[in-house]
Amino acid sequence: MSNKNFYGAGFPYREFGKLPGKLIVLEGSDGVGRSTQIRLLRRWLEDEGYAVSDTGLTRSELTAAGLDAAKSGHTLGPITMSLFYLADFADRIENQIIPALQAGFIVLSDRYFYSVIARDIIRGIDKAWARQLYGIALKPDLILYMKAQVPTLVSRLVHGRGLNFWEAGMDLHLADDMYDSFVAYQTLLTREFDELAREYNFVTVEADTTQDEIFEQLLGPIQALLRNRLVKALRPF
Amino acid sequence: MLKPNTTKGKLIVVEGIDGSGKSTQIDLLSKWLQSQGYSVYFSEWNSSALVKSTTKAAKKRKTFTPTTFSVLHCTDFADRWENSILPLLKAGVIVLADRYAFTAFARDVARGVDPNWVRNMYSFAFMPDAALYFRVPLEIAVDRITGARAALKYYEAGMDLGLTDDINESFQLFQGRILNEYDKMVDEFGLTMIDGTLPVKEQQKRVRAIVKRILSGWEGLPNPNKSSITMDNIQAKTKVGAKAAKDERQEKKAKGGKK
Repeated sequence: MSNKNFYGAGFPYREFGKLPGKLIVLEGSDGVGRSTQIRLLRRWLEDEGYAVSDTGLTRSELTAAGLDAAKSGHTLGPITMSLFYLADFADRIENQIIPALQAGFIVLSDRYFYSVIARDIIRGIDKAWARQLYGIALKPDLILYMKAQVPTLVSRLVHGRGLNFWEAGMDLHLADDMYDSFVAYQTLLTREFDELAREYNFVTVEADTTQDEIFEQLLGPIQALLRNRLVKALRPF
Repeated sequence: MLKPNTTKGKLIVVEGIDGSGKSTQIDLLSKWLQSQGYSVYFSEWNSSALVKSTTKAAKKRKTFTPTTFSVLHCTDFADRWENSILPLLKAGVIVLADRYAFTAFARDVARGVDPNWVRNMYSFAFMPDAALYFRVPLEIAVDRITGARAALKYYEAGMDLGLTDDINESFQLFQGRILNEYDKMVDEFGLTMIDGTLPVKEQQKRVRAIVKRILSGWEGLPNPNKSSITMDNIQAKTKVGAKAAKDERQEKKAKGGKK
């Protein structure tokens, strides 16, 4: 496999061969409903006969425990946090995502590095530095960006799993309470996402609507991708 | 790709392959600087309390790839940078580092990661005021290591590269590659080369002469008690920091004050 599949140099010490699978990324803020949609998409894809593998941030066994411990203290600096996430990402790309693509799976990624660098940049991390770090990232076949207004996010979180310290950006001391902080932080994040959407060619999906409507919107570009003759060959029947 | 040091502190680092004698030299330098009344902080490669457990587990289970090895070592460095090295440099301390970014540039590239990618990763750090590279021929370093230590470790010997099944041979091949990368960096970063085959005392004489030049006319943070700065001073008020400080004390005790 040549480097054109990666944003940068990739993993020069390894030859991965052909990657017949497809990498589909779902991006969007906290509370936008990504995990629900991933579940629905997975079921749909499996019904269609595709083998599906899913992945998401901090799911690497290498770093999960260490990152949890680090985030529970208050000595974790922004550069250190950024690199911890990079280690998680690198491990999953090499040991999880690429092997699944080699085996012809459709990989559904609940967020990718775009979320990580959006959060980092808000925390004062240098943009060029962060983008270059992710020269090890595979270019996805499709990046779906679920975009919702901040009040929609608030409503989904309040009626769902609640607001949490990191999702509200409380470490940034933008406001005194979690609600104001969440609103301020998600507004900053959305601005950063919009910029990334242009740079990395996200397909934007309006997510202020119902679950079913969002699902239909997401399905369109996925079906278009799957109509490709080579992808069709991944199905066993 | 490293930034100039804009703080009032001084950053002095030692580099070289395993067995080059750099740790002995920086230890002697540290004691001398303290006796001269300077405030000195010593930072060791791969010693962040926040990252240690992750690195340890991966080494034990042999789950590192060259990239994750590289990133986690930089994470370790970043934690030390953000929580101790940078704040102390700002305070006017002389920070001594046993291994620095150049170790990563040498080792990780020897493992096959992209040279520009790893240089970018460390670009938040300063170019040291002195980067002392202790150069020894491969055979001498190998003799020193294999003679002094019980057993070579898996990653230290570069066994993950699968060059050969023989750990001694692998160590030699891997250190050879690293040495080659170091040699290339002498010009790239202007490392100061010190002949690591000279007697310890002669090397230290040269080290002190270089450091004296850097410190001439410079005034840092005073150190009236001539004491050393440890993790106790900067991180003990956090849980993780307290544990690290305890580990550090125990480690020192175990080494019998040798280090």
